Amino acid sequence: MSDIILEMRGITKEFPGVKALDDVNFAVKRGSIHALVGENGAGKSTLMNVLSGWYPYGSYSGDIIYNGEECRFHNLKDSESKGIVIIHQELALIPYMSIGENMFLGNEQGKKFAIDWDKTHAEATKYLKIVGLTESSKTLIKDIGVGKQQMVEIAKALAKHAKLMILDEPTSSLNEEDSQALLDLLLEFKKQGMTSIIISHKINEVSYVADDITIVRDGRTIETLTKGVDDFSEDRIIRGMVGRKMEDRFPKRSGVEIGDVALDVRNWTVYHPLYSDKKVVDDVSFHVRKGEVVGISGLMGAGRTELAMSLFGRSYGTGVTGTLKINGKEVHLHSPRQAIDNGLAYVTEDRKGNGLILSNPISVNTTLANMKGVSSRGVINTDKELAVAEEYRQKLRTKTPSVLQNVGNLSGGNQQKVLLAKWMYANPDILILDEPTRGIDVGAKYEIYCIINELVASGKSVIMISSELPEVLGMSDRIYVLNEGKLVGEFTREEASQEKIMACILSTDSAPKE
Amino acid sequence: MSKTKVLTFVQKYTMIIALVLVTAFFAWRTNGKLLLPQNLTNIIAQNAYVFVLATGMLLCILTGGNIDLSVGSVVCFVGTVGAVLLRNDLNMWLVVLVMLLVGLLIGAWQAFWIAYVHVPPFITTLSGMMVFRGLSNVVLQGKTVSVTNEKFVQLFGGGAKCYVPDVFHGANINILCIVVGALCCVLYLFFTIRSRAVRKKAGLEVDSAAKTIITAVIIVAVVMFFTYRLAQYKGLPMALIWVALVVLIYTYITGKTTVGRYLYAIGGNEVATRLSGINTKSIYFFAYANMGLLSGLAGILTIARLTSAQPTYGQNYEMDAIGSCFIGGASAYGGVGTVPGVIIGALLMGVINIGMSIMGVDANYQKVVKGLVLLAAVIFDVVSKKKSS
Repeated sequence: MSDIILEMRGITKEFPGVKALDDVNFAVKRGSIHALVGENGAGKSTLMNVLSGWYPYGSYSGDIIYNGEECRFHNLKDSESKGIVIIHQELALIPYMSIGENMFLGNEQGKKFAIDWDKTHAEATKYLKIVGLTESSKTLIKDIGVGKQQMVEIAKALAKHAKLMILDEPTSSLNEEDSQALLDLLLEFKKQGMTSIIISHKINEVSYVADDITIVRDGRTIETLTKGVDDFSEDRIIRGMVGRKMEDRFPKRSGVEIGDVALDVRNWTVYHPLYSDKKVVDDVSFHVRKGEVVGISGLMGAGRTELAMSLFGRSYGTGVTGTLKINGKEVHLHSPRQAIDNGLAYVTEDRKGNGLILSNPISVNTTLANMKGVSSRGVINTDKELAVAEEYRQKLRTKTPSVLQNVGNLSGGNQQKVLLAKWMYANPDILILDEPTRGIDVGAKYEIYCIINELVASGKSVIMISSELPEVLGMSDRIYVLNEGKLVGEFTREEASQEKIMACILSTDSAPKE
Repeated sequence: MSKTKVLTFVQKYTMIIALVLVTAFFAWRTNGKLLLPQNLTNIIAQNAYVFVLATGMLLCILTGGNIDLSVGSVVCFVGTVGAVLLRNDLNMWLVVLVMLLVGLLIGAWQAFWIAYVHVPPFITTLSGMMVFRGLSNVVLQGKTVSVTNEKFVQLFGGGAKCYVPDVFHGANINILCIVVGALCCVLYLFFTIRSRAVRKKAGLEVDSAAKTIITAVIIVAVVMFFTYRLAQYKGLPMALIWVALVVLIYTYITGKTTVGRYLYAIGGNEVATRLSGINTKSIYFFAYANMGLLSGLAGILTIARLTSAQPTYGQNYEMDAIGSCFIGGASAYGGVGTVPGVIIGALLMGVINIGMSIMGVDANYQKVVKGLVLLAAVIFDVVSKKKSS
């Protein structure tokens, strides 16, 4: 079992402004199941995308040695031809095509200009049987559940003659039963000599299925644990994941008086906009006081953003129920406009996607949520607009030649400042900051923290959603933990620790049956 | 100038450079005939509808590259309604009002489906294109209705008598025309100097004095040459007045009002705009209802110029409008484009048209050339953007 099928040496991958992978070394034994674990953004998915050729040879540095030879993959086809198949977190199936058509998409059976449909469906049926599906290969993808769709993805990988299968969070959207079936299938494949790499944040699943566990943190591989040799307990794994020392990365906040309750949410429930029977936020109650920073922690997909957006004028979800009180008065917010008018602001996690207009200048972005402030009867006072933008540029120390610069030309940290400026100019009482420091460098992070401190010092309330535990711990007066749509924990600043929060999340995860 | 400086200059003023080159080319090939007073007048009068429709189309395109295919048919239908009403001797002003209202109603009808029911604009307006072409035929029963109301024709048309009377009664030259031209220049200079001062005071970057002066000199020279040429012929065509009015109003709307700002914002990032508390649906509604209104105006200009209404009028007008927008620098993805840019685009098409007509180029070849110009303009836009990013 010491035969190495894959070795990645010294892999470094940089994105503009961020080193996603830093000299990563990683080896996988033939016929084993190897798990990659780490916090969100640690670099697990990036590493697998390098391996599969999604990031082509040349866009990273380092060597990939597969079956003893050095490989230079330029696209997914290159790696697939060697038997390396990646199954992404988001299912890549086309809903209005049949199972068979999906399985052989890009790998069509028959001649180039004459697809052999009989062969397609015969082959599809063969592989469906292996993964334990009894559906006809002519069933449309949209008509089967998510669990079965995941199985189809695996069958699709088998149809490509996979020797090394990479599964990125394969169980993230599955229920217990389906997750269990999938994990058992992987164990079954292992017996037949298949090698798998599985990325997961569900530690219990990982320790159940994996032979080796490699822990990734801040773009580096920290350690590899081997079953039967090392301690495989959840505690041990979590310690590896969060292991970094807390440095003095957070500005002190002192003398801020915590006042009355500003925002009070009771029994808040939200359903998925498309699958209207799926609860995304489940009976959540919480509150925030004036002058308080409240952190909301949880894993990706825990429903944090969905909770925030549904509060912000029902910008997300359907069937929203629950009560919302602002400064003691119950309000019903049906649009972002009403939310803004009632003193609420939602600063999105996705500043490029739905926060800023990249093709427009800083000045335009700064005033967009409060055009009334710079216009009268629908006519914009351009001079005033420029003055406002300039005022906030100086206040937040945004680095730019002028406020007429397009936001798209700024660095991530400066874009985040423009986004904050926009919502500060809307003059809210309560700001929901969703991942306010994602993808920006340490210096800019510190400045954002200072801004947050200034906000609460002026009597405003801040709700900070963040996947970075040190940040939540360092900045919050109180912390709520959200998992799978439910509020599963509340900690004060004094009692909270990384281990406690992680354990709180994991203990409430729907675990596979043993 | 260094190489990169030249490149950015060319990128910034591509369409103006193209317009100058194309005008120079045709002036040369037609032995200067292109720049004769009558031909310059014609470029305006013949293309008045394009300027008006392209302005409206720009607002739709700004929202995200959405187009309105129905404008040609709406122009025809509004014209039909107007011609029939005028034939029945209704008050001219009432007819004008009705025509604009009909245009606005049609616009609102389509806008409702697009904005509030999310029917794709392409399909909604394709339907409108068929419906209103059909209705025009039904009303006209396939025949021509001529427009005989002289006052109407003079006020909106582009024919021999459709000029602003010279209140100064110049002998060989239209003095009013010169005065208006000079006035425009004075206003332009005033606003340039003022905004420069304001921006300097606010600590913003301003163009160098030399650059500002050179630009001003060029613009004044072009405007004065143009008005002088017009003055040598019959003065200011009425169509120019309407076009100028539309251009001014919509330059203001897109540049200085919140509605205009929201149009760009939606095209730039619709979700961000919605999350900023802006009612994006009402902005879509505005863009398409407004397109109907301007189609109504174009309908008025069209039947006045052609002094009749026919079921075939307005065919391909939508393509002229859309083409002008893209040639004039509007982005096919929305969020980018200006009214002056679109007017330059429309002028470029107009100059190519009339230049080739003077040269006696076959009408079918004219289409080929126009089509290729459109493609070239967009290719240039896409490629230069790729390079700069």
